[in-house]
Amino acid sequence: MPDDSTHGGGEHFILDGKALPDLVQSIINAGYWLIGPAVRDGAIIYDEIKSCSDLPRSMTDTQEAGTYRLQQRSDQAWFGFNTCAQSLKPFLYPPTATVCRATREKQGYSITGPTSDTTKMAFLGVRPCDLGAVLIHDRVLADGEYADESYISRRENTLLIAVNCTEAGNTCFCASMEAGPKASQGFDLAMTEIIENDDHYFVVEIGSQKGRSVVSTLSLASATKEQVLQADRRIRPAAEQMGRSLDTSGIRDVLVRNIDNVYWDSVGRRCLSCGNCTLVCPTCFCSTVQDVTDLTGAEAERIRRWDSCFNLEFSHIHGGSVRHSPKARYRQWITHKLAFWHDQFGTSGCVGCGRCITWCPVGIDITAEAHAIREHDLQAAPVKEKTEV
Amino acid sequence: MKKKKPKLAVWKFASCDGCQLSLLDCEDELLAVAGAIDIANFPEASRAIARGPYDLSLVEGSITTPHDAERIHKIRRSSKYMVTIGACATAGGIQALRNFTDVKEYASLIYANPEYISTLQNSTAIADHVPVDLELRGCPISKYQLIEVVSAYLNHRKPNLPSFSVCIECKLRGTTCVMVAHGTPCLGPVTHAGCGAICPAYNRGCYSCFGPKETVNTEALAEQLKSMGTPPADLVRMFRSFNAEALEFRQESTIHERED
Ligand code: SF4
Ligand code: SF4
Ligand code: SF4
Ligand code: SF4
Repeated sequence: MPDDSTHGGGEHFILDGKALPDLVQSIINAGYWLIGPAVRDGAIIYDEIKSCSDLPRSMTDTQEAGTYRLQQRSDQAWFGFNTCAQSLKPFLYPPTATVCRATREKQGYSITGPTSDTTKMAFLGVRPCDLGAVLIHDRVLADGEYADESYISRRENTLLIAVNCTEAGNTCFCASMEAGPKASQGFDLAMTEIIENDDHYFVVEIGSQKGRSVVSTLSLASATKEQVLQADRRIRPAAEQMGRSLDTSGIRDVLVRNIDNVYWDSVGRRCLSCGNCTLVCPTCFCSTVQDVTDLTGAEAERIRRWDSCFNLEFSHIHGGSVRHSPKARYRQWITHKLAFWHDQFGTSGCVGCGRCITWCPVGIDITAEAHAIREHDLQAAPVKEKTEV
Repeated sequence: MKKKKPKLAVWKFASCDGCQLSLLDCEDELLAVAGAIDIANFPEASRAIARGPYDLSLVEGSITTPHDAERIHKIRRSSKYMVTIGACATAGGIQALRNFTDVKEYASLIYANPEYISTLQNSTAIADHVPVDLELRGCPISKYQLIEVVSAYLNHRKPNLPSFSVCIECKLRGTTCVMVAHGTPCLGPVTHAGCGAICPAYNRGCYSCFGPKETVNTEALAEQLKSMGTPPADLVRMFRSFNAEALEFRQESTIHERED
């Protein structure tokens, strides 16, 4: 991406806990639309932040497979919660967007669009997993021959302020996916919140020039070596605390050679094919395109809308859908995330944010399903790439 | 030469008229509709009936009487396209609750002279009687979907009427899941999209006004609801409402009725 961010090891400063409002103000003064965590309808989501009072201070959450509950903390932490209900995806890659419009003329028709979105957006409190997902989207949506122009224009105008995780949730497993709990690249600023007795401060790492200019007006003191180490010491336990883990060794081949495993029937019976997992997943990018017309046929519009491989129409080709059973659709999802993503984009399609586990209405757990396939592995079977439905 | 405007007719069977009213509710679009088509029959708007054949018939309501069971065949014969609108026409409606009881017994409790009542034991969907070209779900239907169907018809294109879950609409809208975050029972994961996920946006579970979605898995959802503390009697009620007679819902409610 057109970004000047460095890869960790940047300069570190100290921001006092009480000075967070100054940082917020400085971002807003720089002309950004500020988006950050906020409580809405019983969950923490990313939403517009007008001032620090919009942030879920002293709030936390308990997440388990199929459940999410907000809770009060006993301290004054600004960022003492786990992943938000949604990632940055709805902002950087909106659920619906107009691709183009057509207007009927006397002869033929004229076409306008797509329009580029140049809103300057700043994201505060981005978790390392979500940051990792943005970098994956950069690869998927902004790279290569079919780059999405509106995604690129949005990304050119984003400021990413990560917050490293010092606590982890029950459905988190970013450590297994090497996407956290510390942000290592792609951020403009990365903060670690430290609360110790009466001390409350952030260790702020500079990731880019853009990030530097936002804090330059705050005249922050440089962090000492000890403070930087202290921040790292705070992050480390989060990796051990994660409620989930995923054994990624050879995972691609394990899944591929078990395409015909009878185990899939078990998850096929439990899965509702509701699609929630794909829409909350920060890396899922599938969309469909719909054409709509007005009644008179004078105006037409082409709309891109999030789609999901759990929808029947997703795999509809001449004669019908090729993935009719929920089992085939679940297998498509997990093999795309954990196996074929590697072939396609050179990384895993999973950053271990745990959202698909928490927000699945029946609590189906991608780590448990991957584990079960390993358990039922038909070992020595030759690698087969053919998919049978 | 001016093209002849297609003839639209709206027909009513056993129903509350709510779906027809959705058409009247399209105030902004109604003028454009009226400009593009001849409205040949529309009981909620006018008593005049123009003669058939009709290019597009919208049928509201379910079949509950021997007379209606005949009338629908006549309408089918005079309609090029037939679109059924609403839960009554597509699944028998709330009045299909009679299908789970003895309608004669009910009639004798309500009417002074039940012998004058000519009614069928079951309330059934239009598609159980005649071939239907398209079904528009909902109790009531969504006016946007209705406009979409008319617009697609006029522009010779396929209407956009996804049959995936309400959950997809819920997430597109950015609503926090009430099932996961509040523990509120929700039928969204088994329900056909179309309403735009209104109820979860107001912190309520989905009531399934639009009936079963494609490749529905009611069993797994019922299991989850049970583990969240929903008693069998409530499960029966949840699956037995506007779309009680829809096959998958009928089966699911019957299972939990036995458990109760
Ligand atoms: S697959 Fe699940 S855990 Fe992995 S990134 Fe997507 S939502 Fe997060
Ligand atoms: S898992 Fe499904 S929805 Fe997600 S990116 Fe892959 S095919 Fe698309
Ligand atoms: S895994 Fe869960 S969230 Fe995903 S489609 Fe199946 S039931 Fe829905
Ligand atoms: S609130 Fe209901 S419809 Fe919405 S995502 Fe949750 S289960 Fe699905």
